[in-house]
Amino acid sequence: METSLDRLRPGSRAVVIEVNTPPALTRRLRDFGLVPGTAVRCRYRSPWGKVTALSFRGAVLALRTTDLKKIRVTC
Amino acid sequence: MAARPERRRKVALAGNPNVGKSTLFNALTGLRQHTGNWPGKTVGIAQGRVRRGREEFLFTDLPGTYTLDGESEDERIAGEYICSGEADCVVAVCDASCLERSLILALQVLERCDRAVVCVNLMDEARSQGVRVDLKGLERALGAPVVPTSASRDQGLEALLSAIGRVCDGAPQAPRRWEDPVRAAEDLGRACVAREKPPEGWRLTLDRVLVSRRHGIPILLALLFLIVWLTVWGANYPSALLERLFDGIYGLLAALMAPAPWWLRGVLLDGLYATSARVISVMLPPMAIFFPLFTILEDVGYLPRMAFLLDGAMARCGGCGKQALTLCMGLGCNAVGVTGCRIIDSPRERLAAILTNAMVPCNGRFPTLILLGSLFFPRMGAAVLVAGAVVLGVLGAMGASGVLTRTVLKNRESTFVMELPPFRRPRIGQILVRSLLDRTLFVAGRALTVAAPAGVVLWILANTPLLGLAAAFLDPLGKFLGMDGAILLAFCAALPANELTVPVLLMILTGGGSLQSVAGLGGEALLAAGWTWQVAVRVMVFTLFHWPCTTTLQTIYKETGSIGKTAAAFALPTAVGMILCLALRLVLG
Repeated sequence: METSLDRLRPGSRAVVIEVNTPPALTRRLRDFGLVPGTAVRCRYRSPWGKVTALSFRGAVLALRTTDLKKIRVTC
Repeated sequence: MAARPERRRKVALAGNPNVGKSTLFNALTGLRQHTGNWPGKTVGIAQGRVRRGREEFLFTDLPGTYTLDGESEDERIAGEYICSGEADCVVAVCDASCLERSLILALQVLERCDRAVVCVNLMDEARSQGVRVDLKGLERALGAPVVPTSASRDQGLEALLSAIGRVCDGAPQAPRRWEDPVRAAEDLGRACVAREKPPEGWRLTLDRVLVSRRHGIPILLALLFLIVWLTVWGANYPSALLERLFDGIYGLLAALMAPAPWWLRGVLLDGLYATSARVISVMLPPMAIFFPLFTILEDVGYLPRMAFLLDGAMARCGGCGKQALTLCMGLGCNAVGVTGCRIIDSPRERLAAILTNAMVPCNGRFPTLILLGSLFFPRMGAAVLVAGAVVLGVLGAMGASGVLTRTVLKNRESTFVMELPPFRRPRIGQILVRSLLDRTLFVAGRALTVAAPAGVVLWILANTPLLGLAAAFLDPLGKFLGMDGAILLAFCAALPANELTVPVLLMILTGGGSLQSVAGLGGEALLAAGWTWQVAVRVMVFTLFHWPCTTTLQTIYKETGSIGKTAAAFALPTAVGMILCLALRLVLG
């Protein structure tokens, strides 16, 4: 099933298909290793859901949930 | 000592933030350099020497970075240094417990350097998480020596040094090229890393509780309140002890200087000595309590979680969660908070954070708040008062940065990307040494260099009609703001250190010639001077919102490199304070 990364429930896993964030953020995400094909897992959301912690490649990265809307995944 | 010819090698340490690079650097060189468990800590370039037989290694600890082609200040410094060929050997430091991710950078380093060593650090942590690394296989695949280390336990350092020595002496390594470092790192991770047990454990449980919707924010507030309370409560006794000690020394010095002319005694003893002693005895104890406590949070890795929890609130005022960390550091000392703003990615957000940091009361302002608060609002406890003031200060700083980022510092697109490193057990011994040496003594030393000469000036003013004239000159403005000239003058005189505000005020009010003469005085003098609770409230508000102390201004100038921005940092909180005081005068009368 295709969806965007912000819809992922904490605990569930997905694989990135496409990263459509603004260029600067896309570059930063690439440096962290978040590119199409990366297997990610949604860890947890901040109290008001504004920030989401994702784990991939053995590390945990916190990102704004609005930015995750622009990352398409399949799960 | 026989001077032997030595071979000097320049070695650079490169790696992601949080792979223990600075711990490794410290373990190797013995140089005390601050390392923290949150991204973006190493700033500028630190260097240290190691001697090993006839060889000497000059280690350069590059800022932690995720890429060699980055645009942020830290990433540029690291990338340029590595590509310049300045180093004889580059050590790519990796995190064994998160090898795949750290290899992305390591591969970029290996592509660009023909003399490189890969150091797989944090082996102890990886072992405890059940991660096994095939070091031999990794070495074959990378075409460079791979050395396992556990820097925090001093393990593997000798092997690392000898590997560096061999690489420096040997032939250049064969050129390496990977089609796509991210994919190549993934393949290597799959081939060389085995997880023997699932990564779940106390870390994840702790994480779930600490950042959960229900407990996250209450725990965070409770922790901050606890730190402030411990600082306020714990500082009383050592402060009083130091004061008594300095009083004793004052008596000895006074006896020694008895033959000297009265003005020399006054300038040196009542001016220079008494002011410095006062600053030390009020400033040192709270900082010596606050910074170790805060460093514990830093060391275990709680600070990035704090940024995670607070990003939503900070985003509303145009900032990001990292600014919340700098505000908390400001509680200890605004100069430290301003330096901490380096972790903020966007230059405009960073500037807004620097300009507003001084609105959070540093612990040098706690005594003023506590004295006035307990005098006029005796039913509230000291910690509650300080907590209330802190909340007001934080709201002020957030509001002001909200206005700034919506007007002059308009931000195109604010983002927040932050790694949440695994929790680590705090190393108490190191925390104490580092937070006391690097932060507390550093800040106190800086403040003293300004406070000592200011004490001389203050004494001269106090023993001539000048102090009275200055107070009279400031009186119209002071009255306009609902305070008076003496109060404004005290704030001006406390420019070197906020700790001086109350003593100087008492000195002016009682007409005493020196700080020593008011040492035993408390709030009675304020009541005698006819203060009302309305005046006290305005003074407390102005204590929160006025110009930063010289140490902070110096730091702001160093960080921004601009007189104009430093002036803005002076004017902004002052303007806010004046407007609030004026409004309070009109409302409260």
